[in-house]
Amino acid sequence: MVNRVLWVIMLVVGLTAPFYAYPVFVMDLLCFALFACAFNLLLGYVGLLSFGHAAFFGGAAYIAGYVIKAWGFPPLLGIAAGALFAMVLGAVFGFLAIRRQGIYFAMITLALAQIIYFMILQLPFTGGENGLQGIPRGKLLGFIDLNQPLAMYYFVFAVFLFGFCVIYRTINSPFGEVLQAIRENESRALSLGYDVDKFKLQAFVISATLAGLAGATKAVVFQFAALTTAHWQTSGEVILMTLVGGLGTVFGPVIGAITVGSLSHELSAFGSWVQVILGAIFVVCVLVFRRGIIGELHRFFGGR
Amino acid sequence: MFNQRKLLHGIVAGLGLMVAAGPLSAAEGLSDGKVKIGVLSDMSGVYKSLEGPGAVVAAKMAVEDFGGKVLDKPIEIVSADHQNKPDIGASTAREWIDAKQVDMITALDNSSVALAVQGLASEKKVITMDTGAGTTALTEDQCTPYGIHYVYDTHALPVGTATAMVKNGGKKWFFITADYAFGHSLQENTSAVVKSLDGEVVGNVNAPLGTTDFSSYLLQAQSSGADVIGLANAGQDTVNAIKQANQFRIVQSGQKLAGMLVFITDIQSMGLDIAQGLQFTTAFVWNQDDEAETWSRRYYEKQGAMPTMVQAGVYSAVTNYLKAIEAVGSDDPDAVRKQLGEMELNDMFVKGGKILPNGLMLHDMYLVEAKKPDESKEDWDLLKVISKIPAEQAYIPLSESKCSLLK
Amino acid sequence: MSMQVILAQALLGLNVGVFYAMLSLGLAVIFGLLNIINFAHGAMYMLGAFVALIGYSLLDDWFGISLQIGFWASLIVAPLFVGILGMIIERTMLKRLYELDHIYGLLLTFGITLILQGLFSNYFNISGTPYPGQPESLSGVVNLSFMYFPTYRLFAIVFSIVVCFATWFVIEHTRLGSRLRAGVENPTLTQAFGLNVPLMITLTFGFGCALAGLAGVLAAPIYSVSPLMGADLIIVVFAVVVIGGMGSIMGAILTGLALGLVEGITKVVYPPAASTVIFFLMVLVLLFRPAGLFGKER
Repeated sequence: MVNRVLWVIMLVVGLTAPFYAYPVFVMDLLCFALFACAFNLLLGYVGLLSFGHAAFFGGAAYIAGYVIKAWGFPPLLGIAAGALFAMVLGAVFGFLAIRRQGIYFAMITLALAQIIYFMILQLPFTGGENGLQGIPRGKLLGFIDLNQPLAMYYFVFAVFLFGFCVIYRTINSPFGEVLQAIRENESRALSLGYDVDKFKLQAFVISATLAGLAGATKAVVFQFAALTTAHWQTSGEVILMTLVGGLGTVFGPVIGAITVGSLSHELSAFGSWVQVILGAIFVVCVLVFRRGIIGELHRFFGGR
Repeated sequence: MFNQRKLLHGIVAGLGLMVAAGPLSAAEGLSDGKVKIGVLSDMSGVYKSLEGPGAVVAAKMAVEDFGGKVLDKPIEIVSADHQNKPDIGASTAREWIDAKQVDMITALDNSSVALAVQGLASEKKVITMDTGAGTTALTEDQCTPYGIHYVYDTHALPVGTATAMVKNGGKKWFFITADYAFGHSLQENTSAVVKSLDGEVVGNVNAPLGTTDFSSYLLQAQSSGADVIGLANAGQDTVNAIKQANQFRIVQSGQKLAGMLVFITDIQSMGLDIAQGLQFTTAFVWNQDDEAETWSRRYYEKQGAMPTMVQAGVYSAVTNYLKAIEAVGSDDPDAVRKQLGEMELNDMFVKGGKILPNGLMLHDMYLVEAKKPDESKEDWDLLKVISKIPAEQAYIPLSESKCSLLK
Repeated sequence: MSMQVILAQALLGLNVGVFYAMLSLGLAVIFGLLNIINFAHGAMYMLGAFVALIGYSLLDDWFGISLQIGFWASLIVAPLFVGILGMIIERTMLKRLYELDHIYGLLLTFGITLILQGLFSNYFNISGTPYPGQPESLSGVVNLSFMYFPTYRLFAIVFSIVVCFATWFVIEHTRLGSRLRAGVENPTLTQAFGLNVPLMITLTFGFGCALAGLAGVLAAPIYSVSPLMGADLIIVVFAVVVIGGMGSIMGAILTGLALGLVEGITKVVYPPAASTVIFFLMVLVLLFRPAGLFGKER
């Protein structure tokens, strides 16, 4: 019931948003929402805390930006290239980290992401601190000019919906059931004959790919691939978004991304107080509000 | 079924809203009843003291002195922190232009940010008057029709400083370079000057912006056998490097330090004990003449520090921008930009300045030296002018510019 | 000449290494007893430096009374302050999370990090404020024949190493330490023997934080005091911890020192890799010795 209402709200708001909000800002929120959903697939449904998801988000942004700018790829192909890169990177990270659990897993992904960050900083094609600037938005399918704000917006919304549906399907498939079984009780899943590590790795790769999809899309929106997207604080931000919205709920990360994104945008005039407020929200969420906004809604209205 | 119908309703409602609210998003154009100027600067980091909040003060002074109104429309100043991150700078500028009708953006004290913002703003026909960034790319290979580079560039800085160092026997150079657009541009331009005087560049090392520990870079410089260690960085980075060079006895061991971009606030924070004798190039010294001194003392009242060249530059840029609007009777960017190119700029900051078609503001520079502690008469009396560098010598002549607008 | 350069950079590397060692030691002590990764460890380090800075430059004229805290006093006051703050955090917040997955501890301390960093970023320059209180007696330079080395840095190296080994000695070779280790091995049994395990946990967390605070004070005169000084450092220290493994105190100390040296030498051999070499080593260790160099498989 709650989910049905949320589906409708999401579609309506998503379709109408550019008419009452600043479109570029909404696009930014959508990219982060997709990123958070991808992250939630891992933390919320498999119970793995990755502290290195910025590597996929940022890495894909650079790859997409580069192939579009330097090789003249059309936007769709560029974004696909970015997502593909995130997928490969996800397989590598997953292979290295999946054997460890809990905080080890978090620390290992964090350190691996830091390698990517420094590589981006130092490789010649990324522009270092300058970032990769002036990525052309180009024409979608050869005829839709993405420099039109509305065309760009609806393209981003479509990408978001695509990613969201992929996650939705994954969660509600037999594969998703196994993932949740692993989260609930890993040794039991193992004793039932499931190759737990394989399932985890697959979930990790899906999550990484979609995080990359979000990052690549963001690069096209802002015509910019920036170091900040690959910095570990971005990994922290996405955790916060997921946590605020509701861990392990379908819509939680979306609500979380909107809440956190709007908050930092509205409060940006207050400088570093934004960070203090976000930190405080983080602490409150962990201590007393672990279900998040959507989780509480579900509890209030019952059922899922 | 129920669900689908609801969905359909939602879409219909959405489309209705689209039609109803359609014209709102088409709110473009600048004649919105006021002139809005954005000061986009580093408000919290390495460059805070050399531009930052001081630039906002300077911009507000300019508006005040102009009477608060131009063409009977109010003038508004907005400001934001770009945190030295080009993406944050660019997205702030994008929102200012798209949603907040900002007409001109100034400060931009970070070359990476400046390049991103200038490119974006020109695409959207908004004038930028960059006072803080150094890279010559702003008026060379990345020049734009609406971008103006106002105070100094990395070509002007070494002309005085490096020439003086090489002539005093500093033939072999090693660079410690801030690892982004500005540092690389400054190193390149300085190397060209050094080589043109039969000097030699023996090596370089890139240090990230905001480095606090320069010791390992300084040791590399020391072991390179160079005569001069060129600091192709700015602000707090320069201060840290010079202080630590002192700790590791670099200068006492026979090497010289050359700060390629030094601001008066840096000298103040190092203290004359360490800084004395340091030579560098600047566009403005607060007590260079009476007009500058009168203005600077007013600024000091508000900010508690004497203005750097870029803060004074913000005042001058804003004033001249407003003068141009008044002269053409509109805030149309094309007309204003044309007018700015035709005016001769004269105020407390610049004498006989001209803005070239590539956006470069052509004006004289000064080679200055940090005073000995006993020469200083008051708290901020830190610099003496050694020589004036004529504009034509300091900047790239129009005939040699690589700017595509000139072709 | 090349040997000179390597020696010089190695010494500077050791200078960094002692900070790695002190921080990873604190993390290891906390992890050993609480099974929590304290993300706020970097913030505690930063806080230690700020206590020293504020104590020196802002308290010297407080309503006409000088409460100035000099460098030597800071070496005691700052860790005490940071340690007490750590204990308050443990008592009021972390304590509620022991029943839950350990990642919540990581998340909580991450939130605390954001708060502390944001708070200080409001009042202090992000790029750092120089610490003016370095004592006269340490402000000179020592001629080491291959280089001039500031006396203070030499002092920081020696002092940190002494603190690290003293900590190791207390934990591995005293009655207090054996009780702590018993608490780690089997909290229920230890409690049954009449030891107050919750109190031990609180004190240990406080002690770990205090070590970070102490490292902060020592770092203040070398690096500028900045709200973000711990932020990037803590990530490297995490890698140090993964490489060293979580099993032993000595492991944390030795790995920290060694990796500082490795980083310093990389700066001579191939400078662009200096910031990543530790992370690459981490990958290698994960591939061939997943539990870390000194760790026990859990």
